[in-house]
Amino acid sequence: MFKYIVRIIEIYIFAPILKTINQANNMKLNRTLFSLFISTFFVVTCFGSESDGKDIRKNIKESINHHLLDDHNFTITHGVSFPLPVILYHNGDVDMFLSSKLYGDHSNPIRYQLDEKTYTIDSHGHILGYIAGEEFHPIDFSITKNVVFIMICFILMLFMFVRMARSYKHGHLPKGVGRLLEPIILYVRDDIAIPNIGKKHYKRYMSFLLTIFFFIWIINLFGLTPLGVNVTNNISVTFSLALLTYLITTFTANKSYWGHIFWMPGVSVPMKIMLAPIELLGTIIKPFSLMIRLYANIIAGHVVLMSILGLIFIFQNWIGSTLSFGLAFALSLLELLVAALQAYIFTMLSALYFGAAVEEH
Amino acid sequence: MEKLINDFSVGLFFWQSLLFIALILLLKKFAWGPILSAVEEREEGIKEALELAQKAKEEMQELNADNERILAEARIERDILLKEAREMKDKIVNEAKDQANTEADKILLSAKEQINNEKLKAITELKNQVADMSIDIAEKILKSELSDVNKQKELVAQVLKSNELN
Repeated sequence: MFKYIVRIIEIYIFAPILKTINQANNMKLNRTLFSLFISTFFVVTCFGSESDGKDIRKNIKESINHHLLDDHNFTITHGVSFPLPVILYHNGDVDMFLSSKLYGDHSNPIRYQLDEKTYTIDSHGHILGYIAGEEFHPIDFSITKNVVFIMICFILMLFMFVRMARSYKHGHLPKGVGRLLEPIILYVRDDIAIPNIGKKHYKRYMSFLLTIFFFIWIINLFGLTPLGVNVTNNISVTFSLALLTYLITTFTANKSYWGHIFWMPGVSVPMKIMLAPIELLGTIIKPFSLMIRLYANIIAGHVVLMSILGLIFIFQNWIGSTLSFGLAFALSLLELLVAALQAYIFTMLSALYFGAAVEEH
Repeated sequence: MEKLINDFSVGLFFWQSLLFIALILLLKKFAWGPILSAVEEREEGIKEALELAQKAKEEMQELNADNERILAEARIERDILLKEAREMKDKIVNEAKDQANTEADKILLSAKEQINNEKLKAITELKNQVADMSIDIAEKILKSELSDVNKQKELVAQVLKSNELN
């Protein structure tokens, strides 16, 4: 009986979808996975057509790896991608062109001749240049997919918060989205900034804390959309954020902070000398841990989520796939929490470090 | 670690830093500053309003206490006044009573005196009349008695006899 029901469902629901997917399958298959991983139903269908077990495993691994990398093209879904500007710097020369020049049919990398230079893109998405057959690595300032999303986040935040600020002009209460955002802003102020930094100094850090909190949160949430974007699992991004925390801590620190690093009060002189390098290293390790924490949490979330989605195509049966779907769904919910949690932790720890920097003894 | 360094993209770092710092500065000027100051202003306003209400409440309580104190004072004053009035009344009544008593006594005394006087007068008059009458009677008796010579002699003898006995 069960077998019949499965068969009927297969014929009437899956067969038509499989047919369309088979046609699409010739295109770059792995992109479809991450671009639609929230809507698992579609994901099931697009991998469902692959029959060889080994190929599937390879395919899943590739698509996960690809998903974690930045991209010079802005791919929305398979076949729908926009070229983005590529900006390369080498020995004082700046070359600009669209990324479509580097990709041929079916998104295969091709060589692009620009004056005497030839550019191509390797499997990791790095752009290589050749002058007269000699390889060189240009510095890549391209507006990649991640940069585009940083820009979108930039514009979105500017739009949201400037609008919110304007709405205060008409009364004491914000209007529209500000109603939702105000408690969060107050939360950052009252439960993150003030307890960690203190009432006297917290105002100097509010702009940074609020910006970093909302930036990480919003950009993490973008990572959970089917657009297949993931900004905060790039070490460059988390490094930039952590570096700012480090710089602000260092440049706003008071005498007592440095005193505790170089000449720890209350211990004997040999201990003071021993502690100084450790404490100095500690100032770097703190922001370093911020960088790694955010990077590792987001990357781990994405890898696990995608692997579980990949299991659907490895099991290729009703029970396994359903379980995978349930697991992926639960994990997606967890990732929603992680997105906010990581923003909170980053902001919280930054505030803690600022608090240590301005603490008065 | 090597993977981290390999994955590091200068371009992405550059754009992220540039955009993020710009975002902080722009939001600080156009969003966080106004929002936080508006919120603070509001909180300050609420705090002030609450304080004002508390103050008004306290004043109200003070006023109530004042009222009660005044009322109590008034009550005491009233009691004192009443007491005084009662005393005054008693005093006046007593005085009046005393006065009346003395007056009555005086009147009684003078009445008595008058009565006495009258009595005396009456007695005197009566005495006089009785004397007159007795003289008259005596005269008449004498006249009748002495009209007979025998009787006169007898009387004389009698008087003489009594004188002898003395």
